[in-house]
Amino acid sequence: MDCAKKTKLVLLSCGSYNPVTNMHLRMFELAREHLQIKGHYEVVKGIISPVGDGYNEKGLIEASHRVEMAKLAVESSSWIEVDSWEGRQADWQETNKVLRHHWEELLSREQGTDVVGTVKAGRKRKRIDAVSISNKRKHGKMEVAHKGLMHKTDGPHLMLLCGADVLESFGVPGLWKNEDIEEIVGSYGLVCITRSSFDVDAFIQGSDLLWPHRHNIHVVREWVANDVSATHVRRALRRGHSVRYLLPDPVLSYIQERRLYTAESEQTNAGVVLAPLQKHAGNHG
Amino acid sequence: MGRIPLVLLACGSFNPITNQHMRLFELARDHMHHTGRFQVVGGIVSPVSDSYGKRGLVPAQHRVAMARLALHGSGWVTVDDWESRQPDWTETVVTLRHHLQKLLGQQPSAADLQMPHSSLEGSSEPPQLKLLCGADFLDTFRVPGLWRAEHVEELVGRFGLVCVSRGDLQADRAVHESDTLFRHRHNIFLVREWVRNETSATEIRRALRRGLSVKYLLPDAVIDYVREHQLYTWQSEQRNKDAVLRPLGQQGAPSEPLNDS
Repeated sequence: MDCAKKTKLVLLSCGSYNPVTNMHLRMFELAREHLQIKGHYEVVKGIISPVGDGYNEKGLIEASHRVEMAKLAVESSSWIEVDSWEGRQADWQETNKVLRHHWEELLSREQGTDVVGTVKAGRKRKRIDAVSISNKRKHGKMEVAHKGLMHKTDGPHLMLLCGADVLESFGVPGLWKNEDIEEIVGSYGLVCITRSSFDVDAFIQGSDLLWPHRHNIHVVREWVANDVSATHVRRALRRGHSVRYLLPDPVLSYIQERRLYTAESEQTNAGVVLAPLQKHAGNHG
Repeated sequence: MGRIPLVLLACGSFNPITNQHMRLFELARDHMHHTGRFQVVGGIVSPVSDSYGKRGLVPAQHRVAMARLALHGSGWVTVDDWESRQPDWTETVVTLRHHLQKLLGQQPSAADLQMPHSSLEGSSEPPQLKLLCGADFLDTFRVPGLWRAEHVEELVGRFGLVCVSRGDLQADRAVHESDTLFRHRHNIFLVREWVRNETSATEIRRALRRGLSVKYLLPDAVIDYVREHQLYTWQSEQRNKDAVLRPLGQQGAPSEPLNDS
């Protein structure tokens, strides 16, 4: 194994994390293994970025709780962290904006190296100039702690980690802007964990938008079905059923102490339009 | 109040114990409590003995140790190594009888009982012990010659089953297709696990052999134990490779496969 050839990679996962579950955490583990075994990557960091309250999803509890629970969940992890930037924004942030934010953070940490030099040849990247980086750093503190794994000689890449349902959602009218999808798969890349029921390859094949970037879309097959979702966990909690062993114990304790996830909390944003749909209401395609 | 104190016993390889195993207890407890008739006061994990002869079975001392680590913070489920310490493989019904006797305090070693006696006090009803299992276990009754008829009768008649399965109708069908099970259907509690969660011990052993991560599928303490003792390698999976499963090998005696997941 030639370590010098391995490209360093950071995986970013955006989502409600309402609440974080073992399934979310498994997704990171599966992705890292797949990329390190099949690809020429060294996955150096995973970032959980819980969505902001402005997303307006039904049943979404406060971001502060969701961030805190995620932090408890990754306490025992050596490589997964939580970033609260997205959660702290008043307005909902499109996924590509969150990617851009984290990409800029990664680059700014590579201070002292030639930014252009870290750009992988042949890949399009957003032009980041030093001024815009320093402006952004003024506005928020760096949430992501150094783990000392990134080397200056190698610029790490950033990819979006998601489930197949996110990829599938690219097809939902009004939910995504084409140029945003283009940026995500073209400039960054996607690591997609499949559930057996969804044929990811066929979906990519059938999409003129995704097909040109198919080499940037890494499909990770999850051989063993694990449908334990946050929705299921919330339902069980509402009904007073145990969710122990579906999520880390510290997260469960946090929920129980504060009595989060009740029938009432599930009514949050009932009847409200999801932020992306609202935002793109005037757009077509 | 009249609720029957109930203890759930799960027999199996627990090779190794997983989050999925522990979920079975949680699901079963919720279900039995919601019937309004039971107060679940304890759960027992009873790992099978090494003489079971199953392929890939690591020594009982490890399986018991791992189960104890996993259930350390449980508060109501404990691990019992009686079955694993028996010189030969023990039929399920025999294990149930042993634990019921302990529960009813008829054994001199009742002091060993790891569940709080206070749970049993204040109830006018005698405690019950039921077998906790998965749907696959019910299907084994259909295999000709595998179970002694009187054992099946005792298992479902005297003790009872709490069977956790997916949202399909496999368990219902098994009860329907057996006259014995059907007759005792009121003592067979079918618990639905609506979400698929198929991360079995077999999958986990496979992942461990291949050096893949099993984090979040079983407790960190168990993963650490596996690493420390270098359990679950290609070699360990070859154990008992050509051996006959103990229940099937018994001469002139009934064979009873134990549920493994």
